[in-house]
Amino acid sequence: MSYEPVIGLEIHVQLKTRTKMFCGCELSFGDPPNTHTCPVCLGLPGALPVANARAIHYALLIGLALGCEPAPRSIFHRKNYFYPDLPKGYQISQYDIPICSGGRLGDVRIHRAHLEEDAAKLVHVGASGRIHGADESVVDFNRGGTPLVEIVTEPDVRSAAQAREWLTLLRETLRQLGVSDVNMEEGSLRCDANVSIRPAGSDVLGTKTELKNMNSFRYLERGIEAEIARQTAIVEAGGQVEQETLHYDVVTGAISSLRSKEEAHDYRYFPEPDLVPIVVDEGMIEAARAELPELPAQRAERYERELGLSPDSARQLAFRADLAAYFEQALASDGEHPQTLANWVTGELVARVGDGDPAASKVEPAALAKLVALLRAKQVTPGAAKQVLDTLVARGGDPQAIVEAEGLRAIGGGDELAEVVERALASDPDAVEKLKAGNMKAIGPIVGFVMRETKGRADGGEVTRLVREQLRL
Amino acid sequence: MTELLDLTAAQAISRIQAGDLAAGEVFETYRERAAADDLNAFTWVADPAPDGVPSGAPLAGIPLAVKDLFCTEGVPSQSGSKILEGYRPPYTATAVEKLTRAGATLLGKTNQDEFAMGSSNENSAYGPVRNPWDRERVPGGSSGGSAAAVAAGLAPWALGTDTGGSIRQPAALCGIVGLKPTYGAISRYGMIAFASSLDQAGPFTRDVTDAALVLRHMVGQDPCDSTSLAFPEEIALPQGVDLRGLTLGVPQELTGDGIEPGVREAFNATLALAEQLGARVETCSLPHAPHALSAYYLIAPAEASANLARFDGVRYGLRVEGDDLLGMYTQTREAGFGAEVKRRIMLGTYALSSGYYDAYYGRAQQVRTKVAEDFRAAFERFDLLVTPTAPSVAFRLGEKVDDPLAMYLNDVCTVPMSLAGIPAISIPNGLSDGLPVGFQLCGPAFSENRLLQAAYVLEQALDFDGSAARR
Repeated sequence: MSYEPVIGLEIHVQLKTRTKMFCGCELSFGDPPNTHTCPVCLGLPGALPVANARAIHYALLIGLALGCEPAPRSIFHRKNYFYPDLPKGYQISQYDIPICSGGRLGDVRIHRAHLEEDAAKLVHVGASGRIHGADESVVDFNRGGTPLVEIVTEPDVRSAAQAREWLTLLRETLRQLGVSDVNMEEGSLRCDANVSIRPAGSDVLGTKTELKNMNSFRYLERGIEAEIARQTAIVEAGGQVEQETLHYDVVTGAISSLRSKEEAHDYRYFPEPDLVPIVVDEGMIEAARAELPELPAQRAERYERELGLSPDSARQLAFRADLAAYFEQALASDGEHPQTLANWVTGELVARVGDGDPAASKVEPAALAKLVALLRAKQVTPGAAKQVLDTLVARGGDPQAIVEAEGLRAIGGGDELAEVVERALASDPDAVEKLKAGNMKAIGPIVGFVMRETKGRADGGEVTRLVREQLRL
Repeated sequence: MTELLDLTAAQAISRIQAGDLAAGEVFETYRERAAADDLNAFTWVADPAPDGVPSGAPLAGIPLAVKDLFCTEGVPSQSGSKILEGYRPPYTATAVEKLTRAGATLLGKTNQDEFAMGSSNENSAYGPVRNPWDRERVPGGSSGGSAAAVAAGLAPWALGTDTGGSIRQPAALCGIVGLKPTYGAISRYGMIAFASSLDQAGPFTRDVTDAALVLRHMVGQDPCDSTSLAFPEEIALPQGVDLRGLTLGVPQELTGDGIEPGVREAFNATLALAEQLGARVETCSLPHAPHALSAYYLIAPAEASANLARFDGVRYGLRVEGDDLLGMYTQTREAGFGAEVKRRIMLGTYALSSGYYDAYYGRAQQVRTKVAEDFRAAFERFDLLVTPTAPSVAFRLGEKVDDPLAMYLNDVCTVPMSLAGIPAISIPNGLSDGLPVGFQLCGPAFSENRLLQAAYVLEQALDFDGSAARR
């Protein structure tokens, strides 16, 4: 029997506000420990939280970008549990009335998005690196109280690769909203996965496990793959998957049960009496809507619709803001061949400049557009165009000038190329025989000869035409 | 000196402002009395002020006693608990800050039931407070230290907090005025929380005028407390000689069984007095009030169970080392909390547990809404409602410590107003067998001016003499 994975994701996004969720301390990353604290975020007796209006605005931006419905009135709850990184003994979060619910991004439905505060950072001193067996544990409250938006998807993801690809889309969407640094390694974007499997074709949900905090896209994919494999092995051996919280070890690839604060399952949620409800009025929604940029999913759709790009190209460009911006600039200088230009941006250019912003390279967007135009006009061959791009990446400049200076202009029809073809046929009687016998595969060596002789400037189609002409095929 | 002790705070301010009295003399007189306190009303008393006491601001340097649970920068703020022994906060509560800015001088911190949980002040980790009218009796609670200090003339006025009656009941048992303002009128920032949706700061004073004066400088929206609200009008100093045009309702549910005969007699006499002063007095009904106490003893402990979770030994206060993290938590809290606090944390934790939430906490919140609706309906017919403040006079130390339910019944007349978030005041209503009795008036939210006005007229007519407790 084959099994189908059912995956839901829970994403924590650290918001890039100036101050914390419930106090005026500035956010920080990498500052000396406990230098961004106050009575509120240290949970001192008598201190009270006050909700950050900017964080509420960012949550609305996220909600609208994900197609969610903002709640006109949402409330905070206390989530109670003891842990040293939680100074009040409860986390202020949202429970039954989140600020945003319902929605969709790409092919995954959004269940909800809610506001909460981050915990502080625990450092365990000693060999184990975990709280059990640590010589000493110290707490840095700088991170404590950082605003978080938790996004929960419906269980619509069906593979580890899809999870990774979708999270990439989410990250790009959040990045373009400007609400977060969305850096998984630094923890400003964290992803947990709820994984279960079921017999293919079934619509019953299996028992799910929660895979915690995979801190890169690669580990997210590998972790989910490992968990699907683990569950499949259990079920195939006649066993039952147990509902538990799991930790994926990125070094060994092993999955182990997490035992810590999750042991206490009863969080005793109740409405936070220190805060008033978040009331979202039309004005707030309009202000957020006005700030929404064109988001990756919409942009990809526009590329397909207006430019006729292939879905793959459209996504590859739209999901990377820097590529999209570069592409659109190039398109503005010459919009004749969007698909070819897209191929060259996502293919040849990315192969040469890597993950960096192509705008920072020496290749002007207009220069790439011109190169694509030369190519489409058959003034350069694809091989020659790649050589021109090499030069552009190394030194910049004008493609036309490079073509002239390096003698890369394509040899068109006419006598010059006919003469080379003639020499090629003369040099390989064997191939000529085969061609005459109808074996067109034998044209390879002939074309190879011409390309060598012309340093790649000849157009393959034209060479074939001349061969047929001269041999009267 | 005797003459100085006979002055209300407002009278002392007038004399200071007229140049007839030195602010430093007032401060030092009370400071010495507070330092010599034999009621155990104070847990900390200020040092002498050799550089003098600034008298320019409206409150002219008049010393102020402050309940222990208000955070005061650099000064012990222990909320009557061992778990906060020696804790000195790095900041000052907004209410105290505002009064200091208005010219009050911090005189000392007063004893209280641990985390404001109690009605007799016997739950303090720093020992019980004695009632100045009879030292074998309790001063009431939880703000027992503040009430005893003002009644005994150890402080001209004091701050307390009221969650279910913790200002009004001790004020009644000590023969002074105690005011619980509208929920949200005064910032809770810096008050070590008991039950966040109920806690409210308020004054203990010798008379109604002083209460109005303190309140005037405490109210206002605080950017540090999202539940605080701007007071819609200025607090006026009360005046007037009669109650003409005022309709008083007497809720039958809060004036029936369980009220001690002496208390009932005093209450009825004052109702008659109110009629003589021109008020219309009629019986009314608060149908859900009989359930208020049960709802209160679910909601308050539920909130407390979360509010007190921060006392975990990690960052401040007491820590008892354990074998592991859980051991440290349990041993710290075992050693740091008293019996009543543990009882309420357990009650609250249970009430919020999954599977019980709807039946307990959820149902209690429904009752709370009903109680508030009862009051709203009553205030469509009545300007104010009146009840005895507490069902009995001060009881003997130790008399109810082993019977929590009997202790909780002390709050029966005060808890409904707390659930509804409305203002209420207790004024002295004479003596019963030599012990003070309280008369409570309550009104709609933000009706403090009306409430103080009526209380003032009754106070003038009752002409209570509390000087016996200040000997």
